[in-house]
Amino acid sequence: MENTVKIKKSHSISDILIIMFVGVLAVITIFPFYNVVIVSFASMNSLAEHSLYLLPYAFDLTGYVNLIKEESFYRSFLISVIVTVVGVSFNMLLSVSGAYALSKKGMPGRNIFLGAILFTMFFNGGLIPYYLVVQSLGLVNSIWAMIIPTGVSTTYLIIMKNYFNTLPESIEESAKIDGANDLMILIKIILPISKPFIATFLLFYAVDRWNDWWYALIFISDTAKAPLQIFLREMLINFNTQLNSSAQAVIDQSRSIFVQTTQMATIVISAIPMLCIYPFLQKHFAKGIMIGSIKE
Amino acid sequence: MLDKAAITANRKYLKSKKRESLLKAILNYKYFYIMLIPILVWYIVFCYAPMYGTTLAFKTYNYSKGIIGSPWIGFAHFKEILSDFQYISAVKNTLIISFGKLILHFPIPIILAILLNEITKQRAKRFFQTTLTFPHFVSWVVLAGIITNILGQNGVVNQIITHLGMENVNFLSNPDTFRPVIYITHIWKEMGWDSIIYMAALAGINPDLYEAADIDGANRWQKICNVTWPGIRPTVAIMLILYVGNMLNIGGSFDQILNLYSSPVYSVADTIDTFIYRTTFTTGADFGYMTALGLLKSSVNLVMIYTANTIVKKSGEQGLF
Repeated sequence: MENTVKIKKSHSISDILIIMFVGVLAVITIFPFYNVVIVSFASMNSLAEHSLYLLPYAFDLTGYVNLIKEESFYRSFLISVIVTVVGVSFNMLLSVSGAYALSKKGMPGRNIFLGAILFTMFFNGGLIPYYLVVQSLGLVNSIWAMIIPTGVSTTYLIIMKNYFNTLPESIEESAKIDGANDLMILIKIILPISKPFIATFLLFYAVDRWNDWWYALIFISDTAKAPLQIFLREMLINFNTQLNSSAQAVIDQSRSIFVQTTQMATIVISAIPMLCIYPFLQKHFAKGIMIGSIKE
Repeated sequence: MLDKAAITANRKYLKSKKRESLLKAILNYKYFYIMLIPILVWYIVFCYAPMYGTTLAFKTYNYSKGIIGSPWIGFAHFKEILSDFQYISAVKNTLIISFGKLILHFPIPIILAILLNEITKQRAKRFFQTTLTFPHFVSWVVLAGIITNILGQNGVVNQIITHLGMENVNFLSNPDTFRPVIYITHIWKEMGWDSIIYMAALAGINPDLYEAADIDGANRWQKICNVTWPGIRPTVAIMLILYVGNMLNIGGSFDQILNLYSSPVYSVADTIDTFIYRTTFTTGADFGYMTALGLLKSSVNLVMIYTANTIVKKSGEQGLF
């Protein structure tokens, strides 16, 4: 009896230690984001007064007002929305139909297709040939350069294929007896029962398209077609390099604070769409990956 | 004689029968082939055409003639690589950073998954998972903006350092501190996300095993060593193969490094990918030569994943292929 009590006690101590440790990790993870939010609302005086800025000492909207005046912000935001909406539709069309077809084990040639697709995960042509191919398609400096070359994520495709494999074949067979063809079965039966799973990957792709900047960096030189991430990059990185370089002494402190609050306000605003979908995303992603990672 | 003729006739019949059934099978799956066409076209255009484009590594690129028409020059570009000090330094940096990440980052998601698995309260577990996974969904552009602000001259980290009475550190433009920043920020962004795959493996462990261990009087540590760890070891093996196969890309960490570095730290931070990008798009280097650099990297990658797979298989775990 004494022994069991002892075991229970030692368990609860290690339980507390584990929760504390993971809790500290969580605080460290979130702290930088918290810092961004409080600095975005900081006023010049409050930043100058507090040499250690850990609490929201002020609520000043100057940073946000500066951002609203910036015309290129709206334009790049709109471009990102278009790229995300059109891009995700294209992503889902390719991935769902491709993954469903590849999940059919009896299909002649399936292993060859699958092998060829998997091979691309480990070997690629490199930057220059890729650039030349996209260029020859006439996509350079076109908004389509951010949509068509990003068509499929092989990782997501494989997870989706594994998921379709887990569905019982009897569902399809009964529909086939009723005379439906395979395409109709996918649209009318498979997709409706897979809604949460499909939604997860829709959100994954949406986050990817929203965050894409590489394609725009490489293929888009016209600033009128630059997406939000490029706008952010210009604003955050190029400005910071200037601030952190030796030219720093020249720029007076008030100007650097002015830039800082505006930058942080931009981050907060650009994160809003992401924050809106994150609750839905996190509800499903763990489950989605769990189902998808079951091996054949 | 007659027998032989009969056998050949029979064989021919069987063969034609087989071909017929193959044709039948293909017809049976015709809708699936139609579904497959878009994705196959996409892979051919955006993955296999650039692979063919690597022939440029053996050519000298001529803008008007394109990839196919440019003249062959054999291995000249590869000979050039050997004396390219900047490239050799980029390879060195790539290897250092990728090994650094392997040692410092790779074990963390495994440990984190085991710790999260020990938390019995589902809501707490979920809360931590949600929080720790969040940075994965933020782009390196934004994260780099946050990091440069936090680690900058007026950033909160330097504020704390000043309060402790020490001297300001310019983390991002100091060659001594740049790589640690790369390791730490990589862990920060990906530890939660990378732990999900291990969490999935842990969820698949039969609960009876834990019960049996309880009956045998095993303590928590013994259960972790004898039930939990064997349960995720195959996943760890697979992830390790994938990691090693992608090592030059992970070490390259293009998104992360390109957004964080600046000229003072090029000597410790310029990796193969950032070097190729920078020289191609800012100095306008020869396309054939740059392709050769990329091809070399991809080939080494392929050899590495094959080697890693063989080693893992020899050690008794299931390989990737």
